[in-house]
Amino acid sequence: MTSAVSQGPLEASRASSTVAPNRLARALIYAALILFAIYYLLPLYVMLVNSLKPLDEIRQGDMLSLPMAGTIEPWLKAWATAQIGVQPTGLKPYFMNSILMVVPAVFISTALGALNGYVLTKWTFRGADIVFGLMLLACFIPFQIVLIPMARMLGILGLAGTIPGLVLVHVVYGLGFTTLFFRNYYAAFPSELVKAAQIDGASFFQIFRRILLPSSGPIIVVTVIWQFTNIWNDFLFGASFASVDSIPMTVALNNLVSSSTGVKEYNVHFAGAIMAALPTLIVYIVSGRYFVRGLMAGAVKG
Amino acid sequence: MKERLQDYIPKLVLSPSFFLILVFVYGFIAYTGYLSFTDSRILPSYNWVGLENYERLWKLPHWWRAITNLAIFGSLYILICSVLGLLLAILLDQKIRAEGLLRPIYLYPMALSFIVTGTAWKWFLDPGIGLEHTMHQWGWESFAFDWIKDRQMAIYTVVIAAVWQSSGFVMAMFLAGLRGVDSDIIKAAQIDGASAFTTYRRIIIPLMRPVFLSAFVVLAHLAIKAYDLVIALTGGGPGQATELPATFMYSYTFTRNLMGIGASSAIIMMIMIFSIIIPYLYSELRTGVKR
Repeated sequence: MTSAVSQGPLEASRASSTVAPNRLARALIYAALILFAIYYLLPLYVMLVNSLKPLDEIRQGDMLSLPMAGTIEPWLKAWATAQIGVQPTGLKPYFMNSILMVVPAVFISTALGALNGYVLTKWTFRGADIVFGLMLLACFIPFQIVLIPMARMLGILGLAGTIPGLVLVHVVYGLGFTTLFFRNYYAAFPSELVKAAQIDGASFFQIFRRILLPSSGPIIVVTVIWQFTNIWNDFLFGASFASVDSIPMTVALNNLVSSSTGVKEYNVHFAGAIMAALPTLIVYIVSGRYFVRGLMAGAVKG
Repeated sequence: MKERLQDYIPKLVLSPSFFLILVFVYGFIAYTGYLSFTDSRILPSYNWVGLENYERLWKLPHWWRAITNLAIFGSLYILICSVLGLLLAILLDQKIRAEGLLRPIYLYPMALSFIVTGTAWKWFLDPGIGLEHTMHQWGWESFAFDWIKDRQMAIYTVVIAAVWQSSGFVMAMFLAGLRGVDSDIIKAAQIDGASAFTTYRRIIIPLMRPVFLSAFVVLAHLAIKAYDLVIALTGGGPGQATELPATFMYSYTFTRNLMGIGASSAIIMMIMIFSIIIPYLYSELRTGVKR
């Protein structure tokens, strides 16, 4: 598991499994791979081309053709003037809400996860395994089980319907994963270095800052990407705990798509969907390797 | 004195997180568990009614619909994702020149929100403007694909969209597994004259057992939690045709104001997930210790 984080798990470190079969077989393999690539790209392509068409063209034409009279009107509308709920604000304020929610939540949960992982590997104590086990199990609970008490708790704390309330929720339910990531990464870090520094009189925080943190780059990237993707894409907590001024992007998109009365403006819906997808897509394109490492680390525990 | 303080610092650092988890996870589970034995409706009530909510829950056709749908959706989702993921991984593991380009294409849906996936597939599957409409435009007038409007078939559209989102991830898990297979074993098989097909069937795929297990656990737990995708794709409809336990819990608790029943359905969801996850984590952690 740790190796999955420290080396790219998918990089071919040796020759592939079998000898190259004959030419026909290879042509078939390539054909199949390309067909699958089309299958995965098709929905994105459909959204993109149709977000650039006027509504008439969508109704009369087919969904695969390129726009004849291309227009960015749907994008402008989705961003600034589309009706969401009762207000014609477009998605812009909700995009901002998501950013205001994601940035602190990612930062706090990653920082706590790093410290927890450090304690659980380099300063173990009796019962540390139980503490870790409970934190790990917390990653998998169906969030339906916490919705009712969470709503009450946010009310008691005075955070109901606010962005800080959502930050708290995402920090709490992200802690298990961030702790897991850092614990597994630090477990492979040589304890001798920590011991030597202790003998030299370095304190708990000095060791963390000067010895572990400088070599934590990769795992910080993995954790930040994981948390960013999950929190940005969350719908359930946003739908349950946000009020009009704190609704995140995913919930706003769903409101735009599902509650529009009158004419369904598919092109605006598609533009909005791409806007909601863009931040995580960009992160994925820029740092896909780390994204995959996070997924694998999240999948293969222990 | 200073040394004593140093001893406490690690635990002090860990304690806020542990406290949050204890209260917000385990305390909340206990609270929801308690509510499931009360007559809570729009607001929590502490009036104990024993197992009444559970008895009512299992008599509700709506809940049976959700459980049946979960069984259909979950089994197809796990099966198709595993088969497709393994197939793609094997195909990609044939010294494919464009692997660096293809792999990210298979995997990018995993970076998207289920709401985005649901929006895209909702219109793709909509007979009025999507695939059916396009086929008609192309001259195939008799083409019909209206599963998303069909009560019998709608749950399968949820499978289609969910497989699209997750199969690339399963591919990545299998690819990592294939890349970990000792090449000496494969060479030995080839020297013995085994064909590529036989090598895969008899040697390599059986070696993927741990990956199958991990994929099963991850996919099963995603299936039980599935909520966003259904909301965006079908809203649980037509009628109740695509209700799942997660959407059931939400609507009973917050829309129909039957909180006691909602809480009991959440407890059942948790029991389902824990009965898969706890044995898995336990065995993973034990082997981790031995290593």
